[in-house]
Amino acid sequence: MTAVAEQLPTRARTPRRRPVRSRRRLLATSFTYAVLVVLALVYVYPFLIQVATSFKTDAEAAVDAVSLLPQTWSTAAYERLFLRSDFPLWFRNSVVVTVVVTLGRVFINSLAGYALARLRFRGRGLVFAGLVAVMAVPNVVLLIPKFLVIKQVGIYNSFAGLIIPLLADAAGIFIMKNFFESIPPSVEEAARMDGAGTFRVFWSIVLPMARPALVTLVILSFQGSWNELSHFIVASQDPQLVTLTKGVAQLASGQLSQGTQYPLKLAAAAIMTIPVAVLFFVFQRRIMNQSAGAVKE
Amino acid sequence: MSSAVPAVSGTPAPGAAGDPTGRPGPGARRPRRSRRGRETTSGWLFLAPMLVILGLFLVVPVLMALWVSVSDWNGRGSPFAGDVSFVGVDNYRSLLLGGGLATQDFGTALRNNAYYVLLVVPAQTALALFLATLVNRKALRGRGIFRTAFYFPSVTSSVAITVLWLFLFSASGTVNAILARLSITGPNWFNEPRGVLHLLLAQVGVDTAPAALAQHGFLGIPLWEWAAGPSVAMTAFILLAIFTTSGTFMLLFLAALQAVSAEVEEAALVDGANARQRFFRVTLPMLKPTVFTVVTLGLIGTWQVFDQIYTGTQGGPAKTTLTPAYLSYTAAFQNNDWGRGAAIAFILFAIIVLMTVLQRVVLRERTTIPRRKRFHPEGPR
Repeated sequence: MTAVAEQLPTRARTPRRRPVRSRRRLLATSFTYAVLVVLALVYVYPFLIQVATSFKTDAEAAVDAVSLLPQTWSTAAYERLFLRSDFPLWFRNSVVVTVVVTLGRVFINSLAGYALARLRFRGRGLVFAGLVAVMAVPNVVLLIPKFLVIKQVGIYNSFAGLIIPLLADAAGIFIMKNFFESIPPSVEEAARMDGAGTFRVFWSIVLPMARPALVTLVILSFQGSWNELSHFIVASQDPQLVTLTKGVAQLASGQLSQGTQYPLKLAAAAIMTIPVAVLFFVFQRRIMNQSAGAVKE
Repeated sequence: MSSAVPAVSGTPAPGAAGDPTGRPGPGARRPRRSRRGRETTSGWLFLAPMLVILGLFLVVPVLMALWVSVSDWNGRGSPFAGDVSFVGVDNYRSLLLGGGLATQDFGTALRNNAYYVLLVVPAQTALALFLATLVNRKALRGRGIFRTAFYFPSVTSSVAITVLWLFLFSASGTVNAILARLSITGPNWFNEPRGVLHLLLAQVGVDTAPAALAQHGFLGIPLWEWAAGPSVAMTAFILLAIFTTSGTFMLLFLAALQAVSAEVEEAALVDGANARQRFFRVTLPMLKPTVFTVVTLGLIGTWQVFDQIYTGTQGGPAKTTLTPAYLSYTAAFQNNDWGRGAAIAFILFAIIVLMTVLQRVVLRERTTIPRRKRFHPEGPR
């Protein structure tokens, strides 16, 4: 349908002088759109299927895995999830962990980023080099080590164990550091001349200017901690502390139930996608900020 | 020649680091000195939370795990207790040279993951670049919608998407239902342990191992098994990885494409280059740093497959979706063989570092030589 709309301006732009060329271009454009539409369908269809199947009955899901409209609408999966399972508890745990981790990361990362970008002191270069080295360690390598330390420190099976290790985030520090370096120092200098302390300058002058970077950090931290799995697996085995990712993963691997129960599993997966999806759509412009804001149509 | 150099370097903006020495400025010496003292104090105070957390949950753990990987700790009590003893490189040796079950499992996991990396990294890079060039067109209607559609899988959690995949690729799932409409009988994806290459070889009549491949082996597995290719089950995970990561990398390419100035494109257009020439000889060489980044990130990510296996198959069927990361986890947390688990993690770390360095060398060399040839057929100006 969009291809038809495209047709008109193309014709209007190129006058009748070279009909062959414009026709060929039209063909090429239509082809591009066809490819795009097919690809977009491939990317979106699985999620539509996910939502549709979550409203089907178990029997129908097993027989018909293609249709986007259930023959009989059933909310059994959702009722089961919310009324007769630990799902609400998992959801609450995920919310608590994600909110605290996001706030904590934003604060710690911007403090550290500011120090590395602006404050001059002995040892700064060393800290920075150490940070780069630490970033190179893959997450999976830390699985066992993290468990060891969490146990040793005595925060195994506690919210502290779920949250505190996730506050370490070298990538976020880099984002903040780079941003602070892009702000002209003159504003801070003026405030300093007026006698404001370092933390005051940072808190009430620099930080408000860093809003774009802070939003980026919030997006990354929220998404990262909401979707985290391996850390939660090693940080506790208390059923009261199960988060969404861990709970749904165990549900999927059949540790908690029998049979396939696809509608139930897909409903759980759909709900756990909603918060990040909302975040994504709210901040879509920023996530894809390339040219999205620059070209207004 | 010199003109080509700055475009290639992937370093961040110049002057980004600031000077670490803290030069004393001219004039106003006394207030400045006191300010420096204050900056030192607040500098360390600002860094303190980060240092404590990174130190405690990144540096200390790695050191502790290094110790565990050379010990016989069984998970009970502290790894520093008196009854835990130093066993040298035993854990590493049993993994790499032992020839027993530990070696076989590790070899299988390495093989599975190697095929995964080999297929996912090129595919996701190419697809991401393709998507980026498609949605980069200025005259494209609904550009935002397409970008959103392609990026959306990247924001969802690996657990949620694996659950969805288990359904799509189940025996009577969506994929097989669609294949059936095309009169193709789909496999029982996640329960099919046969390797793709073995299946292809069977098509041409080779279904038993040639003697040379059956007798010789590496890491406890015969070469014939190394040549099996990814199992059908692993192939489903490979498709999953390509599906979820292509959107993320598309954004990286998109940013880079927009940095390629329209003037360069236009200049090539004026010079009479057609679309294909413009892409392969002008745009692509300018995207080299981004390709480099994407391949590096891809290599690091694909060697760490864990979430999908934990959620989906737990290594099955017939251990063909076992990965080193998952094996490390099960060795430690399920079999209480912590030394071996830690050793696997460190070998994996070494592999990732090695791959990244190797890739850096290979891609660097390719970057410089043909580029100059392409741009200046008569040699540098």
